[in-house]
Order: sequence, then structure tokens, then C-alpha cells
Amino acid sequence: MPEQRLLGQTPSQTVGPFFGYALPYVGGPDVRAPWHSDAIRLHGTVYDGAGDPIPDAIVEIWGADAAGRPSTERGALDRDPHGFAGFGRAAVDRDGHYSFTTIKPGALRAGSAPYVLVTVFARGVLQHLFTRAYFADEPAANAVDPLLTSVDPARRSTLVAEPDAHGSYRFDIRLQGEGETVFLDYGTEL
Amino acid sequence: MLSTPSRTELSQRTISDEIADRQALERDAAASAGRGLEAHPRRDFAPYRSTVLRHPTHELVRADPEEIELVSPAFGHTDVAAEENDLTIQHAGEPLGERIIVTGRVLDGDGRPVRNQLVEIWQANASGRYVHKRDQHPAPLDPNFTGVGRIITGDDGSYRLTTIKPGAYPWKNHRNAWRPAHIHFSFFGSAFTQRLITQMYFPGDPLFALDPIYQSIVDPAARERLVAAYDHDVSEPEWAIGYRWDVVLTGPRSTWTEPEDGDHA
Repeated sequence: MPEQRLLGQTPSQTVGPFFGYALPYVGGPDVRAPWHSDAIRLHGTVYDGAGDPIPDAIVEIWGADAAGRPSTERGALDRDPHGFAGFGRAAVDRDGHYSFTTIKPGALRAGSAPYVLVTVFARGVLQHLFTRAYFADEPAANAVDPLLTSVDPARRSTLVAEPDAHGSYRFDIRLQGEGETVFLDYGTEL
Repeated sequence: MLSTPSRTELSQRTISDEIADRQALERDAAASAGRGLEAHPRRDFAPYRSTVLRHPTHELVRADPEEIELVSPAFGHTDVAAEENDLTIQHAGEPLGERIIVTGRVLDGDGRPVRNQLVEIWQANASGRYVHKRDQHPAPLDPNFTGVGRIITGDDGSYRLTTIKPGAYPWKNHRNAWRPAHIHFSFFGSAFTQRLITQMYFPGDPLFALDPIYQSIVDPAARERLVAAYDHDVSEPEWAIGYRWDVVLTGPRSTWTEPEDGDHA
């Protein structure tokens, strides 16, 4: 039984299709300015259950710095381009594609692998979906990560971003169907 | 019948019947499992047709939130200008429509204020039209209204915005489908797992019963929490009608602790 909360929580609703003039912001996809030597690209396409790209999704990422520490730098919206605030937001384009520049985070603690937290919103998604993008070039850490190893091996690769160019990782997100991405439940109160 | 009706030919009656059937199923399932109804919408709520290909079919995988998931991006007053909470002063002239004030507090499940966090809002204008190129509803755009606002919550978790009451608008889920008037709200809590995007509705809207997005929340008490209350103490004489809407963000059931071996079964 979930413990009793004092207050009933406010339900989620879809972001709808018409967020494009409101939620995206200048610099939103640039968590780390691309001209920094440690910047990486994290990009991919968001697909629906028919395998078609979704043209009206918005993706957020939240990641630790290279030492595995969450940023406490203020100004995640109005960001200092020399800094690293850890948070990014990118709407997909008409082909369902999103792209961030960020840094490859360090592992949060010993025995776990580095990952970027990814959140997906879209028309038709009544409650946003959380997932994590791990990195394929961390095989040793991935092999012992508590979350990755708890996932059905057949689905594990959906949580792993694949290098597709120097400093670039591809992380496609499939909301349903063949290769459906593993989405996470943090045990939050329902 | 020669063919299945297309989406635009589906009647409100068909959609309303689907809503009633699904809600009855959920109530029965909850009763036989001896649990309450869940506060959040069902992800696979077919009367809202856009969910059909956009909900995961696998059960979500339980993850123990790690530190990055239990802290939030550090927004602050430098991110948002104070006047961004007034959507009626963004252009040279006054927007058309009924001026309203919406205020309330953002709290966590234990009633603690969610301080210094970003609230973003967006909405249609008084005619039910968004400033968005894909919104082709033949209602007028208002040159004095964009419908975007941002606020950083105060020390008591409070927010306050001045805007125009949005209009209802058609949305093609089925024939004669109209969304109840609503304002979209995006919240960050003190942990990223509290992230919430939702919609605030206005009391007494006759479209509630017909709307599959609102009705995707099966628990009537939870649905009610999306409806602002008229508050005469918030109304300002000769100026604006006032509403109060408090928001409660979720939280993990327990704070993160070092996992012990074998607790990921």
C-alpha cells in the first residue's frame, strides 16, 4: 500500500500539439555550448507505434556534469553559454528528430553507469514518459549498472545511445511497438 | 455499414459511450483489487484517439531514483522577468476578452511549498485560437495576445498571473469535438521526478463530460483538482475576475538510499 499523503496530487494532462510558441526557448537544446571541446551531440527520432516519426513531441534532458555531480548553476533557461546547467529542452522537427549538445556525464556513484535522464512529452501522451540514455561506449559500467541489469536483456539496447560520429550519440525513442523504449516508473504516488 | 467510420465521422455519442465503458472497467478493476482510482490519466485512453499509437504497451520498469532524479534544475529569478506573469501587457494594446487573475500555491504531497521553481503557462486567446501555425481554427488571432507566461514561485510556493480567459476550441478528435477552456501549465518541483505538465480548467464548464482528455482521469475527485475555484477575494474591482488553483506535485514514495544487493528483483 502506498503511504497516505496529506494532499491529493494534481493529475497530469497532455502537453497538446500547440506548445511550439511557448516551451521551446533560445539555447534550450544547447546544454553545453557546441564550441566547448567536451561537448557531445545527443540526438534521435521519436516514433509512434506505427513506426512513424512524431512531429509534435518535446524532449527534455537533465544530466550530471563530467564528475557525476548535478549542476546547481542557476539560469537553466537564461543560461551562461560558458557554463553547464545540466538541463535542456528541444522540440522535435517535422521529421520527429531532436538534437542536443551536452556533455557526457560521469557516473553518479560507484557501480552505476553514466546516463542522461530523458523526458518525453507529446500530443496523445497524457503523462510524460521518463527514460535514461546510457552510452554504448561504456560496456564495463553498463554491464553492472543496477537499472540496466534489471531490464529484460532483449529490451536493454533501447536504453543505450549508440555512437554514430565523433562525439555524437544516437538515441531514438519509440513510444510503442517493435523496439519500444523502456520507460521508467520511479515509484511515485499514483 | 459499407466501411468503418473515419475519425471525423465518429459521433460524440460514440466517444461518450467509450468513455463511460472505460471508466466502468477501471472502477470495477479498482474495486476488485481493493484499491482506489489512480489520480493520473490512463495512458491508453482510446476515446482520445491520439493515445492509441502513443502509449507504451510494456509495463513501466521500476527504477530507484538516483541523485540526479531527486534534484531539479536550478531555475531562479534571473531566468524570468517579473512582468512575464502578466499576459495582457506583452503588446502595444489591450487583448480582447475577459481579464482574469489566477493565483495559487505549488505544494508537494506533504503540503510543503515548492519554492523558487519555474512555472510556464500557455493558452489560446479569448476566441479559442493559439498563436501556432498548425492551429487553423477559423477564429481570429488577437494581435495583442500571445498567450505565454512564466513565473518563479515565491517562498510560500505561490504564483500569480494576469491573463485573458481562453475560449473553447474544436480539435477534430471526433465530429463536433470541443475542448473545454483551459490554460496549460508546466511545473518543476524540487525533484525532477515531480515534473508535471497539466491543464487548468474553469468551473462549471459544460464540455467536461464530453471531453476525452479531461475524462482520461478516471477518478472524479482527481479530475476536480484540475478545476480552478472562483475566488471573490482574488477578483479586483473594475478590473479582473479571480480564480484560485493550488497544485500538488508528486514525489517518490521514499527518498533515495543506497540500494542493498538484490533489491532490484
